[in-house]
Amino acid sequence: MTSRLGVVAGVAGLIVIALAGAAAPWLAPTGPYTPDLGARLGAPGGAHLLGQDTLGRDVLARVLYGTRISLGVATAAVGLSLAAGTVLGCVAGYAGGWVDEALTRVIDVLLAFPGLLLAIALAAVRGPSLPNVVLALSVLGWTGYARLARAAAARALGARPVRIVARHLLPLAGPVLLVQATFGMAGAMVAEGSLSFLGVGAPPPLPSWGAMIDEGRPFLLVAPHLVVFPGLALALAVFALQLLGDGLRDLLDVRLDGAGRMTPS
Amino acid sequence: MGTLPGRRLVLLLPTVLGVVTLVFAFLHLLPGDPVEIMLGDWAAPADAVALRRDLGLDRPLAAQYVRFVGHAARGDFGQSIAFRAPVARVIADRYPATVELAIAALLLAVGGAVPLGVLAAVWRGRALDRIVRLVSLAGVCLPSFWLGPVLMFAFAMRLDWLPVSGRGGLAHLVLPAATLALGMGGILVRLTRASVLAALGEDYVRTARAKGAPRWRAVGVHALRNALVPVVTVLGLQAGALLAGAVITETIFAWPGIGRLVVQAIQARDYPLVQGCVLVIGVTYVAINTAADVLVRAIDPRLAEPV
Repeated sequence: MTSRLGVVAGVAGLIVIALAGAAAPWLAPTGPYTPDLGARLGAPGGAHLLGQDTLGRDVLARVLYGTRISLGVATAAVGLSLAAGTVLGCVAGYAGGWVDEALTRVIDVLLAFPGLLLAIALAAVRGPSLPNVVLALSVLGWTGYARLARAAAARALGARPVRIVARHLLPLAGPVLLVQATFGMAGAMVAEGSLSFLGVGAPPPLPSWGAMIDEGRPFLLVAPHLVVFPGLALALAVFALQLLGDGLRDLLDVRLDGAGRMTPS
Repeated sequence: MGTLPGRRLVLLLPTVLGVVTLVFAFLHLLPGDPVEIMLGDWAAPADAVALRRDLGLDRPLAAQYVRFVGHAARGDFGQSIAFRAPVARVIADRYPATVELAIAALLLAVGGAVPLGVLAAVWRGRALDRIVRLVSLAGVCLPSFWLGPVLMFAFAMRLDWLPVSGRGGLAHLVLPAATLALGMGGILVRLTRASVLAALGEDYVRTARAKGAPRWRAVGVHALRNALVPVVTVLGLQAGALLAGAVITETIFAWPGIGRLVVQAIQARDYPLVQGCVLVIGVTYVAINTAADVLVRAIDPRLAEPV
């Protein structure tokens, strides 16, 4: 597949997913919290296209509303990480000296740690809630952007700060940061799902895809649709972002180095 | 400055200290009172005072930090509330299960991904290449907390080929290891294919062919040795990520390792145990990445100068 086609397909996929989330009230037969205790674990088909869950809630409605949680958390986490990382990276790259040294050490330690584990610990200490998930993912997520921005800042030395950032730094670092943010979105969506699956992310009854999969697990044999559909929705979103990221990387000519981190070429 | 692995080991120390500091900061500086969480709302004030003293939480933060680092250095992580046993012993009981699972997943991922990646590169654009690329993309996109239950449903519940969960013989290992391996395998296949393709276009491979080396030798010896450098680097990072993935996989398959232990500890609000687990996993992760780094430098002499 050519990279241009990948970008188009990825963007199209993301638009469809975002629209599905936005139009959830019109697309879903019921609300995401409407119980129907007489029809618990109802099979897919009829009025309930994707079936019903443990409380008889419509799975399609919950998958559609779940889009908002998944995309919302990922957008917020990546936005915060990108902003914080870019600012800190620029400051470090421009200031140099001990400021740069200190920031590099902090990044090294954060990168030397399994991110998901730290997010689990953080979410566990602060309790399950969506803002805490965003916080946990951002506390860990900014390092990649800071590294890239720092590398660009160090290259753009020699002019006055504001001018550097506006005229040189952002054009220089922009493409790399964009590609990193695309893959970061996919990572954040999977991480939100993982945290919610483990019970330290979105609290019930929120229709997070990860939480839905966890809720459906005990009923795997009798109602596999509870697990299958939320997972497919997440896989689809990650696939679209992956296509977009791969395509953008090739189009913008951003190289991945061996360590899986991106460097400006 | 000594040998290279030696220098890398010296650099390991500040990183490990950083990890210990990070864990301390996470659990002590953030809002939330561990004593209140552990004892619940109905605790007698005297019990709270006693527990606070036992955990050393009544001392100044700096003193707590020094004590924490000192104890951690000696492998003393305190007492588990839920297990009523030393945290170090509880972790030591579960650690081998996680190592077993991680090694199985690693072997599965590397054993599957590297040959497939090489074949896909050699037969670029052919049917096998297309299939391999599709499967590897699926491996990257499918979350393990979805794949695990689906594999369990298909192979343990419906087909009844493998046990549903728990740790036992080799059969118990198949599904958790496959779940843990797929994401990593997907990344490795893509990377192996790309770097073998790059190596096949290099002069030294053409020279080897021109001098009469058979095709398998040009690919298997000349191209592969160079193509494997980025693969091993990423392998190190991914081997560490296996530990984080183990938290989910072990929870799905009731695998009695440290990943499931940390989730149980969080649910039981067993603070010392959470702290010990996070610390042990973090230090293991750092050690694996360092080992991979040393290995890469051994394979590729070009990287041997700066550390």
